[in-house]
Amino acid sequence: MRHIISILIENEAGALSRVAGLFSARGYNIESLTVAATEDPSLSRMTLVTSGSDEIIEQITKQLNKLIDVVKLIDLAESVHIERELMLVKIGTTPATREEVKRLSDIFRGKIIDVTPSSYVVEMTGPSDKLDAFIGSLEEGSIIEVARSGPTGISRGEKGLHL
Amino acid sequence: MELSGGEIIVQCLKDEGVEYIFGYPGGAVLHLYDAIFHQDDVQHILVRHEQAAAHSADAYARATGKPGVVLVTSGPGATNAVTGIATAYMDSIPMVVISGQVGTPVIGSDAFQEVDTVGITRPCVKHNFLVKDVNQIAETLKKAFHLATTGRPGPVLVDIPKDITDPNIKVPYHYPETVSMRSYNPVVTGHKGQIKKAVDLLVSAKRPMIYSGGGAILGNGSNELTELVRLLGYPITNTLMGLGAYPATDKQFVGMLGMHGTYEANMAMHESDVILAVGARFDDRVTGKLATFCPNAKIIHIDIDPASISKTVKVDIPIVGEVRPVLLEMISIIKQGNLKPSAADLEVWWNNIEKWRDLNCLDYDRSGETLKPQYVVEQLYKVTNGEAYVTSDVGQHQMYAAQYYHFDKPRRWINSGGLGTMGFGLPAAIGVKLAFPESDVACITGEASIQMCIQELSTALQFNTPVKIINLNNRYMGMVRQWQEFSYKSRYSQSYMDTIPEFVKLAEAYGHVGMRIEKSSDVEGALKEAFAMKDRTVFLDFMTDRTENVFPMIEAGKSHHEMKLRVAPGTPIDRELS
Repeated sequence: MRHIISILIENEAGALSRVAGLFSARGYNIESLTVAATEDPSLSRMTLVTSGSDEIIEQITKQLNKLIDVVKLIDLAESVHIERELMLVKIGTTPATREEVKRLSDIFRGKIIDVTPSSYVVEMTGPSDKLDAFIGSLEEGSIIEVARSGPTGISRGEKGLHL
Repeated sequence: MELSGGEIIVQCLKDEGVEYIFGYPGGAVLHLYDAIFHQDDVQHILVRHEQAAAHSADAYARATGKPGVVLVTSGPGATNAVTGIATAYMDSIPMVVISGQVGTPVIGSDAFQEVDTVGITRPCVKHNFLVKDVNQIAETLKKAFHLATTGRPGPVLVDIPKDITDPNIKVPYHYPETVSMRSYNPVVTGHKGQIKKAVDLLVSAKRPMIYSGGGAILGNGSNELTELVRLLGYPITNTLMGLGAYPATDKQFVGMLGMHGTYEANMAMHESDVILAVGARFDDRVTGKLATFCPNAKIIHIDIDPASISKTVKVDIPIVGEVRPVLLEMISIIKQGNLKPSAADLEVWWNNIEKWRDLNCLDYDRSGETLKPQYVVEQLYKVTNGEAYVTSDVGQHQMYAAQYYHFDKPRRWINSGGLGTMGFGLPAAIGVKLAFPESDVACITGEASIQMCIQELSTALQFNTPVKIINLNNRYMGMVRQWQEFSYKSRYSQSYMDTIPEFVKLAEAYGHVGMRIEKSSDVEGALKEAFAMKDRTVFLDFMTDRTENVFPMIEAGKSHHEMKLRVAPGTPIDRELS
C-alpha cells in the first residue's frame, strides 16, 4: 500500500542523505521525496512517498525515528489528509491540437504559463493521480517534457505535525 | 580558560573521564597530537593499524561498560577504522571516534588524504558530526558521548578538519555537564500495562523459555535477569552476545542457542509455548528458518530499540525500555502478587529438557591421539578457573570458546558477534588488559584470524599488555572448510594456507614468548606455564585436529529442531532424533 510519510528533521547538512541512505541500505522502496525548510528555519519538512506491507512500513517509520536528526514523523495514510503535487508539462502543439490542449488544461484546472507558436507549458497541482490522469489524456507523443515535484501533504483538522 | 581546538579536544576527554585513547597520528591530526604530547591524564595507545584502534577501544568498552575512544587521521586513517567502527555498531558498543579531516577551505577538492568520512561511516555509526567551528567542539563531543552511551549504545564519529584545531586560534572553553537534543529522547522504563501483561503470560506458561542477548549485558541487567530466572525456575538460553549474563554453570542454563547452540536450548525454543526475549534481536544465526521459528510460542520482547521489535519475528507483547528497570518491575509484580507458575507443568517441561540435555551434544571424541580444539578450551577454562576475560576472533575457535568456556559473569566474553570480524581478538585482548591489568586475558584465535591483526603484537609489547594468545592452529580456515565439507562436497576452495608462519618465531621476533603444543598431554602444563608468566605476552600455538567440525549445527535455512549432531548415522541417538 502507498504511504505518505511526513518528517520534521533538523535542517542540517547531511540530514537528507541520512534518510536517503537508510532507504537504499535497507532496500526500502522510495517513490518520491520532497524537502524544504519550515516556518522554523532550524527544521525541514520532508514528504516521502513509499509503499510496502504493513510490516515494512512499520520498520520504515521505526528506522526513520531512530535517525538522530529526525525530530518527529507521521504516516499521513493513517489519517484523513490532503495531498498535492505540482507539475509543469511542456506540450508540443499544432494548429489542429492547440484548442484541444487548452480545453483539457481548463478541465483539469491547469494554467498555461508559457506560450510559443508550437508549445504550451501547463502548470497543474493536485493529487498525484489527477496529474497522472491529465498526462494520460494528452495525445501520444505531444509531451516534450514533464517536471513533477512529488507529492507533499498535510492532515485535515486542527491537529498537525509540529513540535 | 582559552584553548585551541586541539587542546579543547584533549580537555573534553579529560572532563569526560577518559583513561585511554587508541589511535594513530597523521597529517590532519598533528595539532591534536601536539596537545596530547603536553599532558599525561589521557594515555594514548599507539596501535599499528587503525582497525586495531577501533577494536581495542571497542573491547575496552565491552569489558568496562565505559565508552571506548578512538583517534585517527583523515583519509586512510578513517577508512582503516571503518571495519572496527562497523564491528562496534553491529554489537551496539559505546564508542567515540575522533577523525581528522582536511582543512575546511579544501574540503571537497580531493585534497591529499581526503575522504568523505561522514559519508563513508554514515551507515555504520549511531550518528556522526562534522565540526566546522572551533566553538562547537566541546558541545559536539558532549553530544557524541551522550549519544554513544545512552539508549541503544553505538559508535559516534566526530570529524574535525585540521584548521579547527589550529594552535593559534584560542577560544573560551566550557564543557557542558549535560546536553539535551530535541530529536533524541530514548525510552528508559517500559510501559507498565505491557509489563503486567507480559508477567501474566509468562507465569501461565507451560513450556517457558527465557532467551537473552547482548542487551542484557549492555544494559547491566545481569543480576536482575538472574533473579527473575531463579524466581520463576525457568530454563534460560543466551545468545552468543549474551553469554555471561546468566551464570553458565547454573543448572537452569541450557547453553547457547542458534546455529551452533546446544541441542537442549534449540529444542526447548522450538517446543516452547512462551518466550521471554531480553535484549536480543532475533538475528538470523539465532532463528534459523524464520517460517518455522518457535512455531507454538507467544513471544514477549524487551528491547531498548523499538526498531528491533517485530523486525524479523512478529512479537506478541513488545516492551520498549531498558532491560534493567523492566526486569525489576517484572520481579516486583511477581513478588507482590506472589505469582507462581504451575509446578506440575514445569516439572514435565524440565523432564523433557533433561532428556535433550542427556544427549550431551557437546561431547566429542577424546580417545584419539590428535589434539582436539575443544580440549584446549576446556583446559583453558580449568587453568583460569573460569575467571579469565576471553576475547576471540571469528570462526570455529570462536564457537568452541562459546561452547566450552563457561562464563559465569557478564562482560568476560568479548567477541564480534554481529559483524563477525576476523582480526578482532588480539587488539580486543589488548584493550581489555589495559582496563584490567590484574586479570587474566586470553585471546582464543585461529591461524587465519590472528594474521589479520597480528601487527598488534608490537603494540602489546610497547604498552605492556601481557595477554595469552590461544591459537587453535588447524592449518585451515576452519569454519569455511566446514561449510565446504557440508555444502560443497569437500571442495576446499581457498580455505587452506600452505605458508603459515612459524608463530613461535614470530612471537619471539615481536619480543614475546612463543610455545608450540602438539599433544593433548602437554596442554594443561603449557597453559599453566603461560599464565604463570604474568608480565609476558605468550603466543601458544596449538596444533589441533585439522578436520574437526563444530557441532551441533543448524545449517542455513533449517530450523531449530533440524540440528546436525556429532553422531554417526544409524546410532541409537541418531534414530531417536529422526
